[in-house]
Amino acid sequence: MSGSSQRFLDVLEQHGYDFFTGVPCSLFEGVTRILDADPHYGYISAVREDSAMGIAAGAYFGGRQPVVLMQNSGLGVSTNALVSLHQIYDIPALLVVSWRGRHGHDAPEHVIMGDVMEPFLQLLDVPFAVLDPETLERDVASLTATLRATQRPVALVVPKDVLQS
Amino acid sequence: MTRAEAVARVADRLGPDALTIVCNGMLGRELYAHRDAPSTFYMIGSMGLASSIGLGVALVQPSRTVVVFDGDGNVLMNFGGLASVAAARPGNFHHIVFDNAAHGSTGNQRTISDRVPLEEVARAAGYRRTARVGNADALRSALASWFDAPGPSMLLVTVDRRNIAGIGRVEPEPPAIAARFRAACTR
Repeated sequence: MSGSSQRFLDVLEQHGYDFFTGVPCSLFEGVTRILDADPHYGYISAVREDSAMGIAAGAYFGGRQPVVLMQNSGLGVSTNALVSLHQIYDIPALLVVSWRGRHGHDAPEHVIMGDVMEPFLQLLDVPFAVLDPETLERDVASLTATLRATQRPVALVVPKDVLQS
Repeated sequence: MTRAEAVARVADRLGPDALTIVCNGMLGRELYAHRDAPSTFYMIGSMGLASSIGLGVALVQPSRTVVVFDGDGNVLMNFGGLASVAAARPGNFHHIVFDNAAHGSTGNQRTISDRVPLEEVARAAGYRRTARVGNADALRSALASWFDAPGPSMLLVTVDRRNIAGIGRVEPEPPAIAARFRAACTR
């Protein structure tokens, strides 16, 4: 299973992503374990998701193509950065967002955000795909094409049991 | 000392290669009115995040001097940003905080920086150098060599609450500000 997390990072790097920051979630624990262990990624562990969005914006200005990892609870924290920084200045970023609370089966604090994840991203005008190992390459290629064409954030939503170990 | 005067003094000390990020509010408008440059990123929304943006730039462009013009309200809104800077410890990062203990652009409502010394918080977090100055002579003296020594540093400048009546907004549209700033960062 750790193969799936490494493959995920390899696919991101193949599509030009070269800066990683964020806040962890158990649903992509395998990915952050690799990011933390391998200095090659230069992973910056952020204190809050909106702070990670700011760091990613700075990295973009410095010439990088950033990834921001977060739990979907962090979408709420990040909303102002998303709409009043990235989207108005045309600052691209790939958001890797876990999907806690999908189908209502989760701890109470995740149920409401889990329930509104898709309409929330649609409302914020963030193009997204739900990660499926079968279609990973195609989805990352398609999202990255959108990111480059629009210069705006796009999201890859990570469900349970895909990148945990 | 007015904030506009302090902003001008700091801006005039920056080398031609420096990259500047200025927080939202009156600060950015005052810097823009004094001296506009493509190497300045004017943040108009995302209050609190100027230091985080500056950290991102500093980490991926380690040979460039990065200077964040920030306000007390902004620093307080993203206190964790100080911890992130201190933990990453970029030697090219300099934080200049113009502290009027008020939210200038919403009507000068009090912040809490009169009771929470921000430069002491930065020092406790792990900034390499910090100082507080409160008049033009002390600011001039501090600036003489401030950017020559490694950061992360915080120079806190206490300023009064006067705003410039009728000061203009930053004119370029946000995407234009971002594009020219990115070009300045990567040239």
